[in-house]
Amino acid sequence: MNTFPIGGIHPSDNKEWSKDKAIEVIELPNEVLIPMIQHIGAPATPIVQKGDRVLTGQLIGQATGFVSANIHSPISGTVTAIDAYPNGQGQRRIMIAIKREGDEWLESIDRSTELKRECNLSSKEIIEKVKDAGIVGLGGAQFPTHVKLSIPDGQKAEMLIVNGVECEPYLTSDYRNMLERAEMMLTGVEILMRALNVERAVIGVENNKPDAIAHLEEVIARDNYRGIEVMPLKMRYPQGGEKQLIAAVTGRQVAPPPALPISEGVVVSNVSTAIAVYEAVQKNKPLIERVVTITGKHLGSTHNFLTRLGTPLNSLLDLAGGLPEGDVKLLNGGPMMGRAIVDITGPINKGCSGITILSGKEAARGKENVCIKCAKCVEACPMGLEPYLLSKLAKLQKWDMAEEHNTIDCIECGCCSYTCPSYIPLLDYIRIGKQTVMTNIRARATANKK
Amino acid sequence: MATRLFAAPSPHIHGGEKSSRIMGDVVLALMPALAISTYVLGWRVLFITAVAVASCVLFEWLICRFLLKRRSTIHDLSAVVTGVLLAFNLPVGIPWWIVVIGALVAIGIGKMTFGGLGTNPFNPALTGRIFLLIAYPVAMTDWTTGVPDSLSGSTLLSDIKYAPELVSSLNFMDMFGGDMNGSMGEISALALIIGGIYLLWRRVITWHIPVSILGTMALFGLCVGATYGGTITYELPLFHILAGGALLGAIYMATDYSTSPMTHKGMIIYGVGIGAITMIIRLWGAYPEGMSFAIFIMNAATPIINKYLRPKRFGTK
Amino acid sequence: MNTLVLTVLTLGVLGILLAVILYFVAQKFHVEEDPRIDDVEKMLPGANCGGCGFAGCRAMADALVTRDNISSLFCPVAGGETMKSIAGFLGKTAPDKEPMVATMRCGGTCQKRPKVNHYDGTLNCAVVNTFYVGESACAFGCIGYGDCVDACKFGALHLNTETGLVEVDPDKCTACGACVKACPKGLFELRKKWPKNRAIYVACRSKNRGAVVMKACKAGCIGCGKCAKVCAFDAITIDNNLAYIDPDKCKLCRKCYNECPTGAIRLENMEPLAKEPKVANTPASDVVAK
Repeated sequence: MNTFPIGGIHPSDNKEWSKDKAIEVIELPNEVLIPMIQHIGAPATPIVQKGDRVLTGQLIGQATGFVSANIHSPISGTVTAIDAYPNGQGQRRIMIAIKREGDEWLESIDRSTELKRECNLSSKEIIEKVKDAGIVGLGGAQFPTHVKLSIPDGQKAEMLIVNGVECEPYLTSDYRNMLERAEMMLTGVEILMRALNVERAVIGVENNKPDAIAHLEEVIARDNYRGIEVMPLKMRYPQGGEKQLIAAVTGRQVAPPPALPISEGVVVSNVSTAIAVYEAVQKNKPLIERVVTITGKHLGSTHNFLTRLGTPLNSLLDLAGGLPEGDVKLLNGGPMMGRAIVDITGPINKGCSGITILSGKEAARGKENVCIKCAKCVEACPMGLEPYLLSKLAKLQKWDMAEEHNTIDCIECGCCSYTCPSYIPLLDYIRIGKQTVMTNIRARATANKK
Repeated sequence: MATRLFAAPSPHIHGGEKSSRIMGDVVLALMPALAISTYVLGWRVLFITAVAVASCVLFEWLICRFLLKRRSTIHDLSAVVTGVLLAFNLPVGIPWWIVVIGALVAIGIGKMTFGGLGTNPFNPALTGRIFLLIAYPVAMTDWTTGVPDSLSGSTLLSDIKYAPELVSSLNFMDMFGGDMNGSMGEISALALIIGGIYLLWRRVITWHIPVSILGTMALFGLCVGATYGGTITYELPLFHILAGGALLGAIYMATDYSTSPMTHKGMIIYGVGIGAITMIIRLWGAYPEGMSFAIFIMNAATPIINKYLRPKRFGTK
Repeated sequence: MNTLVLTVLTLGVLGILLAVILYFVAQKFHVEEDPRIDDVEKMLPGANCGGCGFAGCRAMADALVTRDNISSLFCPVAGGETMKSIAGFLGKTAPDKEPMVATMRCGGTCQKRPKVNHYDGTLNCAVVNTFYVGESACAFGCIGYGDCVDACKFGALHLNTETGLVEVDPDKCTACGACVKACPKGLFELRKKWPKNRAIYVACRSKNRGAVVMKACKAGCIGCGKCAKVCAFDAITIDNNLAYIDPDKCKLCRKCYNECPTGAIRLENMEPLAKEPKVANTPASDVVAK
């Protein structure tokens, strides 16, 4: 069975907490906060004013430039404020606050539930629709999808890889989407193949989800989705990393930065993103909702919610029985790469595939000891780096040496910190090193331009 | 009780591996060898091992407490490993006070001088052994004590060194099972291999260092053996792998974390170096056994191996 | 006897041979260097702090000797006097600079700026700053893990465990600027150093609106502008809900201090103006007591 070539770890997947919970559509929130930045790139520009009436699906934030994304209103109601509100990490960002009145949708949106498979649009038209709908990578990276689909001149896509790996422990939103909305997802994949002008698409799914693999294969055969195949992958974290997944599926490695997957003729898209693409292209429905897993051993109940974007985190928590008492760590995402949430008034955004609640004990950091040079971090690193060294260099602020040792290759997967028997927070320092080196590289590039 | 929100950068979970568990595994892996050694050589084996372990732990504690004035590091069990390995490198008849001196050199000079676990350039147990070998050559090479049916006061390695043709008269099963002269830990190849398999299974060590050392030694033995009688035989290579400290060194001493390279490529070069140097010393050097010196020399080369042999960067050819 | 002679002879010849080789190598690789660089380096403090912008004192000495115009070069550690004597030694004109001191501009003590979450990662401000705002609700305040303390080569900074804030010892501070670079929140500023270490400054960097500031911290600047109105020297500007006292225009009149409703303006080594009895018992006492 295929998997990626170097490094990786085997954390227990803990998916049993929420994997059998069907997707639930939850009640509409009464108030939402819509951040103008829910993607990689420039923040969107608000195009509504305080007091404006908006409809569900209406454009409220216009993409600023090519690498940016449109933002739409997830509910109908009145704009009550455009101001800086804290997000889950307590950082203030420009957000549009909307108070709900009824549930009126934009007329152009097709709200019927039957599958619409036929698509005769050209590649350009599809990309335009994806761009208008403000679709970004829903796996967590939040990279604008239309940018990914726009193949630069001189390069050609040969295949589409659909990321159904969900290697992050606990999370099950992609899994539920594959089980319950397979037809929509596969149609979305067909549309993406059309946009990219490729004949082949591979859906990578880890072998800890055998029912998803079987279900997808069945639907593909039954409904005759041509050129799409499901590839079971050996369970291993971080298989969902873009470069790791490409290597697992094709056996080819994308060259180090600044090379992109397209240099190997591959475009990667998440399964949930494929569903969003289907809805945008076939139903004119912009990205206003997503599936969010809410899970954890100590939570009253676990769920997979289909929720409108901008819903405050605490309303989801209330539906799951509220925050457990005592010391807890609330994560936007899973335990390997998720970010700790410290402000539960913050909204659900496009990249939030799940909320994981760990008890203080589960998430406690061990006492740091000296490095015993066991080389376990070197073995675990999926990018072929030397985490022990990069961490030390960043601690000593030797940025040039860190750059020489390719610190910018780091994908922040956390395998090094996870595996360290001395509990050294390797990634904490590597992240600083990576950020500083990236800043230095950009500064040099601008200096060279002048 | 109120809810308290915790925050920290990712990752938020840990694999649960611990330095002390790794060291505990090494000690556990050495237990079969200790048992067979005790069976063959008698209770004194346990006594010497206990003295070595106790003095290593004590010296580490004393140095941390009174010289370095910092938190004691004995809880990581690395001093216990050093103690057991030091004892395994000594003949059973050695006076106990020499063992204490060896422990002092191993911990005091070999380890704590450089800052303790993880920063020592040379394997501490080997530092102790080599010091004793040079300082007390007679006590360190007296193999007569303890072995009931000992033929002579010499090890097989020194016998063969001066009479290579004897190699075909050896009983390999005895060497394998534990009927062989030598240091306490070198007695049974079988026990050492069992421990090695346990370490591989627990992922404490990888195959790279032991296999490259033993492979190099076998290849070397094969070539040299061919020059003796003109025919290629399995006897000399097998003899060299089973005799002396080859297995103990390859599986337990050379794989010491802080003194061995960090990458697989580096480990293989390091292993080949140890294998080759061991064979050169064994065949043409003044000492019958060269394992400890070979590891020592390659320990010194480890920093430079680490510097030039980096792991394969993802996406490069 | 023969052995002895032979040994001595061999070693002697070897020694002479190596000495000759060494001599020629030294000749070949000799680098001509201005001897004044050594002298200037000796005059510099030798802290190698990088406050001048060079990698170390040697590099600075080299620049001082080789450049014609040294007006842009200044060693903050040595100060104006030393720079003048170096310039005099080199026959150049020294830059004229006032003494400066690092100032930490956050007044959010543990009591005034309550914790809203518990941080359990690496105790390092830069690490905290990679992913969230910190333990309080203020995104601008001191994180309190002392990156600046580690960066200071002169022991001028220390973390007050009672307040959770870093304090500057102006007598030890050389204004090298290491803390300015080290603080991920940009809390430090090099300000003009008044005699007797007197100082007045706004101890807050929060650009949030007043209501938001008040919710997170009781000592923050709410941008009310009272201080700017009362200032007779136009030294105070309000930008982004934040007051700033320009050290070059400020005359230490202290009128603004009495106006500030939150105590965000800090006074050091000076008594506040005793104007009206009701403001005389404001937090001034704890500032001076420090």
